[in-house]
Amino acid sequence: MKMFEYMGKELFGQYGLPIPRGKMVTTPEAAAAAAREIGGSVVVKSQVLSGKRGKSGGIKFADNPEEAKATAGELLGLTIQGLRVEALLVEEKLKIDKELYISLAIDGAAKQPVLIASAQGGMEIEEVSEEHLVKTHIDPELGMQDFIAREVVRRMGVPRTSPHHQELVKLIKTLYKIFTEKDAELVEINPLVFSGDRVIAADAKVTVDEEALYRQPGLLQVTERTSAEEAAHALGLSFVELDGDIGVMANGAGITMATLDTLAFYGGKAANFLDAGGGTGEEGTAKALELILSRNPKSIFINIFGGITRCDDVARAFASVKKKRGIPVPVVVRLVGTNQEQGRAILREVGIEAYDFMQDAAQKAVELARS
Amino acid sequence: MAIIVDEHTNVVVQGISGKQGLFHTRQMLEYGTRIVAGTSASKAGSILEGVPVYESVGAACERHRIDASVIFIPAAGAKDAALEALEAGVKVVAVITEHVPVHDEMAIVAYAERRGATLIGPNTFGIVSSGKSKLGIPPNRFFVPGPVGVVARSGTLSYEIVGNLTAAGIGQSTVVGMGGDRVVGLTFVDVLRKFEEDPLTEAVVLIGEIGGNAEEEAAEYIKGMKKPVVAYLAGKSAPPGKRMGHAGAIIERGKGTYEGKVQALTAAGVKVASVPWEVTELLRQKGRASSGGREGRFSSGLSAQRERA
Repeated sequence: MKMFEYMGKELFGQYGLPIPRGKMVTTPEAAAAAAREIGGSVVVKSQVLSGKRGKSGGIKFADNPEEAKATAGELLGLTIQGLRVEALLVEEKLKIDKELYISLAIDGAAKQPVLIASAQGGMEIEEVSEEHLVKTHIDPELGMQDFIAREVVRRMGVPRTSPHHQELVKLIKTLYKIFTEKDAELVEINPLVFSGDRVIAADAKVTVDEEALYRQPGLLQVTERTSAEEAAHALGLSFVELDGDIGVMANGAGITMATLDTLAFYGGKAANFLDAGGGTGEEGTAKALELILSRNPKSIFINIFGGITRCDDVARAFASVKKKRGIPVPVVVRLVGTNQEQGRAILREVGIEAYDFMQDAAQKAVELARS
Repeated sequence: MAIIVDEHTNVVVQGISGKQGLFHTRQMLEYGTRIVAGTSASKAGSILEGVPVYESVGAACERHRIDASVIFIPAAGAKDAALEALEAGVKVVAVITEHVPVHDEMAIVAYAERRGATLIGPNTFGIVSSGKSKLGIPPNRFFVPGPVGVVARSGTLSYEIVGNLTAAGIGQSTVVGMGGDRVVGLTFVDVLRKFEEDPLTEAVVLIGEIGGNAEEEAAEYIKGMKKPVVAYLAGKSAPPGKRMGHAGAIIERGKGTYEGKVQALTAAGVKVASVPWEVTELLRQKGRASSGGREGRFSSGLSAQRERA
């Protein structure tokens, strides 16, 4: 779960990380008030879950409250990378002496957190050349020891005599604390700035592990899902909207992907990805069908290889949806595995003959979508 | 002998009294798995499906030799359960549980490494050494003994491909599920290395998917392998930036793409099937090639394969 910048900074603030003075606002009037409170020049930053806000014109400066109000009026309602700006962060304009970069993320290959730092911040980290990057894996059993943080700072080229040295060491340790305590997948500060003797997090990008939200009650929930995707998520279904015309339901992430690929192989295109999961019963299946229909597909392909999933559950759910609300488009079902015979008998009653092989069924679904 | 588990492996089921735990204990017993103990806080002291139930893995270890554990504990308790098994000295731990927080996964993986144990998963269907032992949830009837080792990231897709192999008369030595999460214990390379040394395995099927770089790392290792490898990768048609069910299955910033993986594997001499059912045919070709053009090992039983018009 990605957090907005203002939420990330609030979190940083709670842990005592230095952040600019600022306020989140949603109206031009509030922006003016915030600017007045902060005093002097301010920066007005669009709050969207996307990078490249600066390049897209989503970050602007204002020298007084009146300007802040006008700027806020321009930014609110703007669309950046397809995302509508609904909130702004008004902050003190920092005197920036130097921009740096620091992040903690999870390296799946190394199976450990990885710290990446650079004395060259402010730009996309992918654009920083390898020799200017400091990369250190952190053994989760060891945690962020002082010597590790000091070594990172040394390799960033900040000497012990620098007024920023102690601040940086402290910041790295605090950042790791946030990363582990908040179940983060990513905490990133870009840029981290030197402003006089101060070290300040001028930006905050925090992504929290969705699987751990149950034990992070203090965090506000942010979603990037569409409302249909959100409804599916609440039911334990994994649903992604795509731009084709064949509705898809399968059980298991891998086989659902393979189902989309198989449709593509025969020249078709899926309207959605829907993994109904392992043990989804009748109710979940019925809900899944409703989600698929909401995409107005030309045909529907249900591909079930029953392990935990029982074929008769899926068939019963399908039959009940068909009877109750009717299914206005042709449906192709491939049904094998646990309780396959019972499932097929139920489908036969509603006029559907199930297929044995996914390739045959996929081909038929593509054909039906075309006709 | 088979890799990781076989007919001599003594197994404890952690969370044996839950709905999934009990159902799959029954299935595993039917398959022939030597389940010698179970754990459950509420049912300790009872016998479930003929299996004695203990309060903890430690208590089970006082009465039995335990070689492996299979975990059906809900996500919030999965880390504790896995650490408990590892601490008790269990050398093979399969965490079936899905939705385990990634920081917990890193902690489990780190401790398993320290204990020198084999960790399978989390979020895995488990492992089947065909005809010998099953730890996990795959449907029994598709898994029959034979010469092909299978290693996969995802469950149902593995059943699909293993089902095709079995229908074509090609059995499996061991089928290993690594799990669909970003941080898991066993990797492709770990399993490939075991298959390369396993006398029961003559060829390997690798079932991967988009996202991450596990397939690319596998390709590096395969370059030095003697046994033939065939692969199928799911997610060819997936759009970038959308997470396809598995935590790892997402193309971000041009990394973990289908094309990149196919290229790496092909360069390592792997035949990559473009659709799942092509795996069987590619395996037969590899079988023929490795037996010098004679009818290879995998061409047997093909009459079971339906003729396709």
